[in-house]
Amino acid sequence: MATVNSYSKSTTSATIPLVTRLHGWVSSVDHKQIGIMYLIMSFIFMVVGGLEAFLMRAQLWEANNTLVGPETFNQLFTMHGTTMIFFVIMPMLAGFANYFVPLMIGARDVAFPRLNALGFWLSFFGGCLLYYTYLGAEGLYGASNAPDIGWFAYAPLTSPAYSRGNATDYWILGTMMTGAGTIAFGVNLIATIFTMRAPGIRLTKLPLFVWMMLIDAILILLAFPPLTAAQVMLLFDRYLGAHFFDPQSGGSALLWQHLFWFFGHPEVYIMALPAFGIVSEIIPVFSRKVIFGYASMAAATAAIGLISVGVWAHHMFTVGMNDMVDTFFAASTFLIAIPTGIKIFNWVATLYGGRLQLRTPMLFALGFLSMFLIGGLTGIMLSVVPFDWQISDSYFLVAHFHYVLFGGSLFALIGGFYYWFPKMSGRMMNEQLGIWHFTFLFVGFNVLFFPMHIAGLLGMPRRVYTYAEPEWEIWNQLSTVGAAVMGVGFLLFFINIAHSLRHGETAGDDPWDAWTLEWATTSPPATYNFEEIPTVESRRPLWDLKHPDDPDSQYE
Amino acid sequence: MLSGVCLCALAGEFVFAEPSGTSSEAASAVAHTEANATLAVPGTRLPGQDGSQEGWAITLSPLSPPAQTISDLFYLILGIMVCIFLVVGTTMAVLIFRFRAGRNEPGGEPPQIYGSKPIELAWTVGPAIIVFVLFLVTARSIFDIRATTPPKEAIHVRVVGHQWWWEFQYLDHNVTTANELHVPLSTDGTPRPVYLDLESADVIHSFWVPQLAGKTDLFPGRVNHMWFQPNRAGWFIGQCAEYCGTQHAHMWLRVKSESEDEFQKWVAQQQKPAVLNSAVSAGRDLFLSNACANCHTIRGTHAKGIFGPDLTHLMSRETIASGIRLNNKENLTQWVQDPQAIKDGCRMPDMQLTEDSTQKIVAYLLTLH
Repeated sequence: MATVNSYSKSTTSATIPLVTRLHGWVSSVDHKQIGIMYLIMSFIFMVVGGLEAFLMRAQLWEANNTLVGPETFNQLFTMHGTTMIFFVIMPMLAGFANYFVPLMIGARDVAFPRLNALGFWLSFFGGCLLYYTYLGAEGLYGASNAPDIGWFAYAPLTSPAYSRGNATDYWILGTMMTGAGTIAFGVNLIATIFTMRAPGIRLTKLPLFVWMMLIDAILILLAFPPLTAAQVMLLFDRYLGAHFFDPQSGGSALLWQHLFWFFGHPEVYIMALPAFGIVSEIIPVFSRKVIFGYASMAAATAAIGLISVGVWAHHMFTVGMNDMVDTFFAASTFLIAIPTGIKIFNWVATLYGGRLQLRTPMLFALGFLSMFLIGGLTGIMLSVVPFDWQISDSYFLVAHFHYVLFGGSLFALIGGFYYWFPKMSGRMMNEQLGIWHFTFLFVGFNVLFFPMHIAGLLGMPRRVYTYAEPEWEIWNQLSTVGAAVMGVGFLLFFINIAHSLRHGETAGDDPWDAWTLEWATTSPPATYNFEEIPTVESRRPLWDLKHPDDPDSQYE
Repeated sequence: MLSGVCLCALAGEFVFAEPSGTSSEAASAVAHTEANATLAVPGTRLPGQDGSQEGWAITLSPLSPPAQTISDLFYLILGIMVCIFLVVGTTMAVLIFRFRAGRNEPGGEPPQIYGSKPIELAWTVGPAIIVFVLFLVTARSIFDIRATTPPKEAIHVRVVGHQWWWEFQYLDHNVTTANELHVPLSTDGTPRPVYLDLESADVIHSFWVPQLAGKTDLFPGRVNHMWFQPNRAGWFIGQCAEYCGTQHAHMWLRVKSESEDEFQKWVAQQQKPAVLNSAVSAGRDLFLSNACANCHTIRGTHAKGIFGPDLTHLMSRETIASGIRLNNKENLTQWVQDPQAIKDGCRMPDMQLTEDSTQKIVAYLLTLH
């Protein structure tokens, strides 16, 4: 099979028929093409999940609104949460990891290219299977039926008695399939990082993005199998008369929560670590300085990975566990704040004495830093257990995790997109549009999510399709306005991508004057990545090349 | 273990600077909350209702010891978090402003700083100390709120969560009611804390009245516990806080705190069987001969259903449909006619009653004082 280098805008692609080019994509086992397909998948689902969110915001515009009914609203928040986590953030981080980890370690591909393709297609079709629920799940509500169980699907709401029809099964199978794809991705990444590094890249010389993706992949292997097991148990409950989660037959609804959050909390860090990694690449390059405290960054990442498998029950402080269990999980949650703090301080310290170039990727990285700081601090507040009793499952919590996952993860991932777009496409993104995108997104984000803290403190619970309290109205209206502003931001983003793909300035190999190996090859890189496998002596191989008189290797 | 408890206690004294003892705190809390009460919104949730209720669920105008402890805790941790945010945020802003690249700067890279062991150690140990103190405060307040033994005068209520309403069983008084929990007001000499046993008949729910206490889930197959002790008379509003299906948004919850006399009067009234009024016997016969009796109990008749709320003293409640409508003739008629129109998806079906039957049944229900 001829390999089609269709991600490059070379003259050859115009002469190859479309079908052949598409065939080149779907049959590809090239890590870069798979990476780009992950990103495209993520953007498609981002539009869908964003529209779902906007419909919810429209419904909550005023008290006692009747724009969408209760079933529809409950389906919307279930689908929004599931989509954003499994089909937006996960594929986006997988896309970047696929594309850039091999490049950054000087490899020609991942360790198992075919497994890589399998992982992507499982993830993608998992998403399709989930959305097929709108067509395929016969239920009580006619043609339009989707799961309405919430993204964490607490038993026994998922039992046949309370969730009739097949919508819940589509949720189970769709996310399970994606989970299998994610596990394949994790295995592959670990094998790649451990076995395919170019000569000279010892583990202590890995770029921080690669370090964090390594810990990330290990967490994936720890977190996803328990979820898959729980989902199989749930299917047994629903179809084979098992009673794992059915309290009326001696099962335990609490067991589901333990199994789910044993996946669910590491999952939060699975989504956050790649963001940390991207920011650890962007901030040094645009500060023109080496990262402050490489070793403590790597160590903090490992510590986060370790502690994050021991904090899951802090999602469950209201279920009535005993005092000692509550205290233990409060302690572990406080503990994880320490390595997270180290990271934030190291990023801030990297700014000191630098020469900051406030280009779009840097703006997003700094946006990440400030928003993640707020999300992290409210996270510490929530680990004060009695405060959690009051505020858990309120809008305060919704604000908290959006500051972490959107203001945190997604801001950094979008920053990564601006940073690496020149490498992937050979062209620069438009800087003006980029700055407008950032401005709309940053302002819209805060107008949308900050008022939710207040609505929560005023007693507004999450997942209500309507409310009657007039005092909550203003905070909800602010949120809705913020959502609209953010919508404009995303529109600018997609316009920017479409425009820059055709008309963007030619990027050249190394437009940011950066230091890691991906910038040592052409933009976009050839299928084989590097003509000659580079030999590396420090964490910043390109710095060494550019400053032969003062190489990094003498300081590490 | 023992030393840990001592440390917790020490941290508590250090931070709060006043003795805790949750129940003894109630008296001083009253004075404290007078000021906060202005934060409370007049109850405007139901059209046409007078402003007698205490207002909506505001976590920061606590009117009961557990909520008070949490509110104090909130201001403490908020203060610490705001300080951290200001320090880190300001540092960031200053650094960005100070070190942004100018237009006409000389080429070449700035000095490279690879790290500093003492500095990195400092910002590992500093946060560690802060979270350690926070942990001690947390542990102490967990035990503070939870570790109380019910006094003799405590009221025990078994709360059963249903899709989408609340059942309240007063075990000591043999009274069952729904959606509106009546509790006596404590006086200085006689504290009357309310102890709840929380259970669920179907899926997970969560009992949350923010001005009284934090939330606790109602779990099928488990019995959970919580307590509160309102220090002011009036209505307290809350709602189910754990997503429990279609009408989760309309699973409202009202707690009425009233003087001991009023409470005893209410209990005595609730203990009586249903009123028998021959003027509405047609409606009663319809109620008993239709499927109504399969789901609802009316004590003194053979209606003994347990799937819906006990209607024995329906008219002693201010609201219907789990708090979302006022309990009056007009709303009751609408509800009996077509509950789905008021609460889409609720478990009570449209009974396909004729206009005439509806009127008769409502006339009967209106006598159930």
